[in-house]
Amino acid sequence: MQEFELRASDFGLVLMNPNQLIVGRGTAEHHPMEDFLRMDRMPHIWCSTCGLGTCLTAFIAAVEESTIPREDIVVVSGIGCTGRAAGYLKFDSFHTTHGRAIPYATGLKVANPRLKVCLISGDGDLVSIGGNHLIHAARRNMDMTVICVNNFNYAMTGGQAAPSTPQGAFATTTPYGAFERPFNIPFLVDSCGATYVARWTALHVRQLTISIKEAMLHRGFSFIEVISPCPTVYARRNRLGSGLDLMKFYHDHSITKNFASTRECDIKFQQDIIVGKFVQKDEPTYLDAMDAQMKKTLGAKFVPYVGPMDPGADSGRTKSDART
Amino acid sequence: MSKPKRGPVLTGAHYLDGDHACAEGAIAAGCRFIAGYPITPSTEVAERLAERFPKIGGTFIQMEDELASIAAVLGAAWGGARAMTVTSGPGFSLMMENIGLGVMTETPCVVVNVQRGGPSTGLPTLTGQQDMMQARWGSHGDYEIIALSPSSPQECFDLTVTCFNLSEKYRVPVMFMMDECVGHMTEKVVIPEADTIDVWPRRWYRGPKDKYQPYLPDKDGVPPMVRAGDDHRFHITGLTHDERGYPIITAECQHLCVSRLVDKIRNNADDLMIVKEEQVKGADVVVVAYGISARVATKAITDARKQGIKVGFLRLITVWPFPEKRIRELAGDVKCLVMPELNMGQMYREMERAAGGKCKTLLVPHCGGWVHDPNDILKAILEGAK
Ligand SMILES: Cc1ncc(C[n+]2csc(CCOP(=O)(O)OP(=O)(O)O)c2C)c(N)n1
Ligand code: SF4
Ligand SMILES: [Mg+2]
Repeated sequence: MQEFELRASDFGLVLMNPNQLIVGRGTAEHHPMEDFLRMDRMPHIWCSTCGLGTCLTAFIAAVEESTIPREDIVVVSGIGCTGRAAGYLKFDSFHTTHGRAIPYATGLKVANPRLKVCLISGDGDLVSIGGNHLIHAARRNMDMTVICVNNFNYAMTGGQAAPSTPQGAFATTTPYGAFERPFNIPFLVDSCGATYVARWTALHVRQLTISIKEAMLHRGFSFIEVISPCPTVYARRNRLGSGLDLMKFYHDHSITKNFASTRECDIKFQQDIIVGKFVQKDEPTYLDAMDAQMKKTLGAKFVPYVGPMDPGADSGRTKSDART
Repeated sequence: MSKPKRGPVLTGAHYLDGDHACAEGAIAAGCRFIAGYPITPSTEVAERLAERFPKIGGTFIQMEDELASIAAVLGAAWGGARAMTVTSGPGFSLMMENIGLGVMTETPCVVVNVQRGGPSTGLPTLTGQQDMMQARWGSHGDYEIIALSPSSPQECFDLTVTCFNLSEKYRVPVMFMMDECVGHMTEKVVIPEADTIDVWPRRWYRGPKDKYQPYLPDKDGVPPMVRAGDDHRFHITGLTHDERGYPIITAECQHLCVSRLVDKIRNNADDLMIVKEEQVKGADVVVVAYGISARVATKAITDARKQGIKVGFLRLITVWPFPEKRIRELAGDVKCLVMPELNMGQMYREMERAAGGKCKTLLVPHCGGWVHDPNDILKAILEGAK
């Protein structure tokens, strides 16, 4: 059957993203990261010079550099241009519904604690429609890594305003300029209890890769905001030039301030962007806290979670049903 | 000799309400993951499991809302757990989008709805059967679903196990359509020995890992499943997809994808149909009822029989897919089919459609908040017998 993908936007071109070759070890025949990509789904739907390719590259590089067994890694996405990430990554991957990637991932993690649960989704998906889940996952210190690709708008649906759209920026639903105050996303998740928080731009491939690796090795709720160019809709509407122009802007206007107070990380339209690793601390995860509390209250009566069903041994009953 | 250690299944006779019996049924079915958000009159199911699970190796998570609860259940199911969520009307409404994701991604799980009166906040503490059509059609798009309805706490136990079994066999979210009365009614519930309870395994895929295609069906139209983290590198999506689980946005693929989702239930309808019949042979009137309304109907049926009327009783346990084949047969044999339900005519429409004009059909409507007056059902039986 022939595959026809919808284009990411009316303006979108279906091209391989040149950014993916940044880590270039490939040959003409082989993509350097093809072990981690669903090559049978290429070409992808993302536009040329979109920042999403870089995000994927950084993610794969982080996985390669980490020692986490590959089969333990699952990728969950919501809906949007960014939401398509799960579909291109060759891990057990879940393309869920708009806004619900975090609770879906929560179910995966709690039911199967061995999994290394990673999310890649958009600013609209995670912070607008999924905002409630985001704050609660942070509060719980749920053990997962969330990569939030912030392109300042709802790109997939053609460039509407998001809770991340800077005041004064134009979007299809703010034809006279956005006037609502946007979220300062690192501050939001920090104040809700996230134990690892970083922000980079799509230009900071190396730092981003390191952060993703750290986040994946971190126990608890880790969150990375990636400021990413959307040349096709956001940049075009705001006359910001090409993807390359945006990369130049990030180069000239990013200020690295590790452990900056997230309160100061507001993003204003086309002004300096504070990037860095802002938060890294050890606190009990949801599962740690649950086990500790149960042990405290129930003592010897506490039976820790038996884990998921074992496909090899599943007779319809869980192990704990076996009588002694 | 020391007493044998007690397993998770509470074998024995108990005095339980329907909500608690449902919780025990979930345990007996091997469910060890619950995500939920409190809502009357279903909360007791979650509360009991929150209390029981840490002692038997289960895990309960109270999510931030029902959107999250159902999403977590779907994730948990793919993580390899037998998973369930519990709610009532307003929460059921919030779950609808992801019930559709569960259908589309063929994710086994159970959604319990202890129904209360609606619309909107309606009657939080009083009964209703007004979400029956929502259970069938509540999520957008075209699909088939399975829903069962219990009439007693015993059935809340037994049928919760059945819900899990059917969800595993057909890889579809199964709706357990309880109601406030059955949920809060306390009766004797007998829980059998654990190893006599029929619990069906998941349809695990056993082939080579790199050959796994999430939507390549078995002969009965249902594909086998894997667990996340076992190196199959599978992808699932709510988008229209091919056997590989890859999105294909074409009418052709939509046809293949949706028709299989529908057919795997429709073509196996006989297999999953559970109805209870009583004295339908030679009856002039057959009362068709489900849930608490079926309990109330028995009084009207007894009274009618005392008056010499030949009344049969068809109790629906499987409500979706609707037992239309049986209704069609009956419609050719009787004068009238009578359906009392705590709504203004939801399953009745299905019954009327299935009867196809071959006999009279009468609805005994009720807006909920309380059960029918059996006399109203009796009147309909007498009317139908004319
Ligand atoms: C419940 C629901 N509402 C709306 C949509 C339409 N929709 C699809 S993607 C999207 C916005 C995505 O924005 P973002 O998460 O920022 O991702 P991006 O495309 O910018 O990467 C919206 C509103 C949907 N799919 N589901
Ligand atoms: S985010 Fe923008 S540039 Fe990237 S694929 Fe979507 S529309 Fe194209
Ligand atoms: Mg966006």
